[in-house]
Amino acid sequence: MSVDTQTVKRVARLARIAVSDEEAQHLSGELNTILNWVEQLNEVDVENVEPMTSVVEQTMKKRQDSVTDGGYADRIVQNAPVSEDRFFAVPKVIE
Amino acid sequence: MTELTALTLAEARDGLSKKEFTSVELTSAYLKAIEHADELNAYVAVTAEKALSMAATSDGRYSDGTARDLEGIPLGIKDLYCTKDVRSQASSNILKGFKPGYESTVTQNLWDDGAVMLGKLNMDEFAMGSSNETSFDGPVINPWRAQGSNVNLVPGGSSGGSATAVSARLCVAATASDTGGSIRQPAAFTGTVGIKPTYGRCSRWGMIAFASSLDQAGPITRTVRDSAIMLKSMASVDGKDTTSVDLPVPDYEAAITGDVRGMRIGIPKEYRVDNMPDEIEALWQQGIAWLKDAGAEIVEISLPMTKYALPAYYIIAPAEASSNLARYDGVKYGLRVDGNDITDMYEKSRSAGFGDEVKRRILIGTYVLSAGYYDAYYKRAQKVRTLIKQDFEKAFENVDTILTPATPTAAFAVNRQNVDPIEMFLNDIFTVTVNMAGLPGIALAVGKSSDGLPLGLQLIGKAFDESTLYRAAGVLEDAAGIMEAPTNWWNAG
Repeated sequence: MSVDTQTVKRVARLARIAVSDEEAQHLSGELNTILNWVEQLNEVDVENVEPMTSVVEQTMKKRQDSVTDGGYADRIVQNAPVSEDRFFAVPKVIE
Repeated sequence: MTELTALTLAEARDGLSKKEFTSVELTSAYLKAIEHADELNAYVAVTAEKALSMAATSDGRYSDGTARDLEGIPLGIKDLYCTKDVRSQASSNILKGFKPGYESTVTQNLWDDGAVMLGKLNMDEFAMGSSNETSFDGPVINPWRAQGSNVNLVPGGSSGGSATAVSARLCVAATASDTGGSIRQPAAFTGTVGIKPTYGRCSRWGMIAFASSLDQAGPITRTVRDSAIMLKSMASVDGKDTTSVDLPVPDYEAAITGDVRGMRIGIPKEYRVDNMPDEIEALWQQGIAWLKDAGAEIVEISLPMTKYALPAYYIIAPAEASSNLARYDGVKYGLRVDGNDITDMYEKSRSAGFGDEVKRRILIGTYVLSAGYYDAYYKRAQKVRTLIKQDFEKAFENVDTILTPATPTAAFAVNRQNVDPIEMFLNDIFTVTVNMAGLPGIALAVGKSSDGLPLGLQLIGKAFDESTLYRAAGVLEDAAGIMEAPTNWWNAG
């Protein structure tokens, strides 16, 4: 499998990172180096092996489904680059 | 009186309780040392006022007899921990100006035990790196230099600021975090002690996430005893982190008995890698001899999946990172670059906010999780991870702990050119298996290279058996002697 600049651009779009043509060129080389290197995992026989889901065996903790926190919208938006009236503000998304 | 910054945590604690000096005096000594260490670039924020006020409170506690376990001990905090109203950026531009309105569980535990915060410590951006050169705050410099050389060396990464600050006596101890070796590799490079506890031992709440199934908090300290004291405070059961395990936290300090008679130490043959320098092999043999002399039994073991841990890690960690880092979108916090529409704003903000290494890993992660590739990469890597864990489970049927080198080399020069990403990844070859299996690992410097740089060994333990690691590490430290402070070349004033 080889990653060309088109693929880099497509993946960068999925990841929402703007990438110039020049960067895409460079990244395609780097990504291929890494992906070729991880290909060695194909040597491993993983037949009948369960993929790991949790590294430490434990039952997922549960808690009461009740409100224990909140009521401070002003603190939630305090770090927002742009906020209005305790709301996050973004560029217009609907005409 | 000895210089206050020369004291270990255990010594400082004793001196404070005997009222030989005050926490304000101790804290001021560190603030002064930090002022003269700009060249090392270990701190990204110094909270002097807060530190002195916390120290004054601690002195009050000593006076009225209500001192807690870490009362008045000045600490440095890795920039990855959220600290209330103090910058918490994981050394990334995308979190520019972020001051959380809350405190991480680990740091809250430390403050609840009376510790004093000196400031925030530099790190690789989002903990992605092994040299602290990916930091938006610039590289951290290792206080150690090769004999007769004035070439600046890296402190390792990602907890490079923590390791340098502890080694250069710019704090008594520091918090750090470890996803693939980020505590243990810098500890080995700077002549300090670093432990990555078992996954689930410390709460991850309020730690800026890199790869959630691998990330774990831990301390970097000057001695094994200091490490035990710090971990006891940092570890806790936390309802705010579902992966925090419901197990009592033992008194790790009490585990340092100096007695390893009958302990079975595994030596994995797969850790003897190609091109490993002779001095690393010699250090390993020396470690084996020390433990044997102390009455431990040495057992050859095999961990056949070792060589696949690093490639599997470089699928799993970027995949998790690509998901975790999706939250940085120029809306909720940090950097925003305006665009023509909302997508353009996202893309421009993330492009300007993330550094090259972080972008590379997000793209790898996005690629391996994308439609059609999930089974070939991510699912296969998770299967390999199961096999890695099984390797350790099998080995631990026969041994109590495993001894390995900590790193394949000593610290290397800052700003090396044309290093390919994989060459940098190989720094973590001995440490990454431990994260993949969720086990505890401790690294400590027990020797030096021919040109005088610290070299470390690593002990790997069974899940939640940090106590055995402290017992064995204590014996290694006794045999090797506590690593001295590096020569101070950075303080011109």
